[in-house]
This record gives sequence, structure tokens and C-alpha cells, in this order.
Amino acid sequence: MAVPILKQGEFLIASIQAALSDHDLVDLRDELAGRIGRFRARGVVIDVTALDVLDSFGTRTLRGIAHTARLRGAKCVVVGIQPEVAFAMVQLGLSLDGVPTALDLEEGLFLLGARGGDGASAV
Amino acid sequence: MAHQPSSVPIERELDIVTARQKGRELAARLGFSSTDQTLLATAISELARNIVAYAGSGRIELSQVEEPGRRGIEIVALDAGPGIADVELALKDGYSTGNSLGVGLPGARRLMDDFELRSKLGVGTTVTAKKWLR
Repeated sequence: MAVPILKQGEFLIASIQAALSDHDLVDLRDELAGRIGRFRARGVVIDVTALDVLDSFGTRTLRGIAHTARLRGAKCVVVGIQPEVAFAMVQLGLSLDGVPTALDLEEGLFLLGARGGDGASAV
Repeated sequence: MAHQPSSVPIERELDIVTARQKGRELAARLGFSSTDQTLLATAISELARNIVAYAGSGRIELSQVEEPGRRGIEIVALDAGPGIADVELALKDGYSTGNSLGVGLPGARRLMDDFELRSKLGVGTTVTAKKWLR
């Protein structure tokens, strides 16, 4: 699995690594959709801090992941879009279409309403 | 000053990542800001993606370009695919013949300073795009 998924309380945190292939992103979507059910997760944070490029495919897939999570009953927030990546997305005319975003993991968990104190564990 | 253009074969999806990493490296070496490096890497990503999606295979050539008073980077994306019937339409936002958003070509054009698309049906497509150091 190219993208580690951590469980923190009722939330799942997926930290996307640099130079992710298209295939890894599609894998992540499938894996998350399954784990939301298995762990009865209420929310998902997708951390893209390490991602240096978000092109049209990447953006579309990320959007797909978020919408899939929502359909599975979990709120999804994308965090850590780097300033340069944001500029490039704007110039490309890309948007995340209503998928909530937050500055970083902490803000993302706050947005999902994390109460904290659970400690992250690998699942 | 000799600078070897580097050529990245684009045959599968993983090559897209290689091409954009090479482009970013070259841009960094030439002194592009980190924002411009990202814009370049994103443009390369879109162009390489088009090759995989529409032509199946091709290559991306990256080189340093110099003109009196300015220096920059040139990306050439070549393929021997089916070609584009209507180049003007292909450069329009939101137009796609494939299963995509239709932002690839017009988007890549916006990310670069100079952009030229040549295509011939049954022969292939070549995009030449430049970004200048500022």
C-alpha cells in the first residue's frame, strides 16, 4: 500500500507521499472506501502536504475519493495543499468542487470535529 | 555552453512522474523559483498525460533555451498518435474527446509562457512550450 492510512479515534488519516502514481491514488480510493466501513469511520483526512504536483487527473481522483468517502457516510477533508500547488491548480482551472479543505492535519481534524486524545494507531 | 537535452520516454502512467521530476530538476538547476518549478512540473504532467491517454506512447524532451537577453526551459512533447483533428477546439477549456476534464492542453498553455501545438491526423502531435526565467 503506497499510502499509509492511520486511524485516530473515529477518523482515518491518509498521508499521500510525494510522486504518487495514478495507480496509487486509485488504490487509495478503493482502500479507504473499504476501511470506512470496517472501522466505522466518521471522517477522513487526506493529507497532501508532500504532494508537489496536483494535475487534472490527481485533482479529479482526489475529488472522487472525497465523494466516495461521503457516500460511505464519512466526511472528508483535504489538507496541506502547498501554495505552489494551489497556484498551479488555479491556472489550470481546477477545483475540488465543494470538497472541504484545511491548512494542515490539525485544522482538518478540527473541521471534522475531533475531540482528540485518542492517539493515532496504524491500521 | 553545452547542455544535453534530456528525453524521457512516455509509455505508461509511471513515466509521467519521471518526466515531471526531471523537468523540476532542470528548472531548479536553471534557477527557476519554486513556484515556477511547480508550474512547469504540472504542465509537463498534463502534456505527458495526454500522450499516454491519446497516443499511447511518445516522449518528453527537456532542454535549456537561450535567446538574447533571456534564458528558459523548453518542453517538447512528441507522439506518433492519431493526431488532433481540430487544434483550436483541443485548446478550448472543457473540451475533451476522452474521459477527462478537458483542461490538459489549455491548462498547460496557461502554465507556460510560449506554447505551440502542431498536429497532423495519422501522423502525430508535437507540443513545444517554453517558460522564461524572470
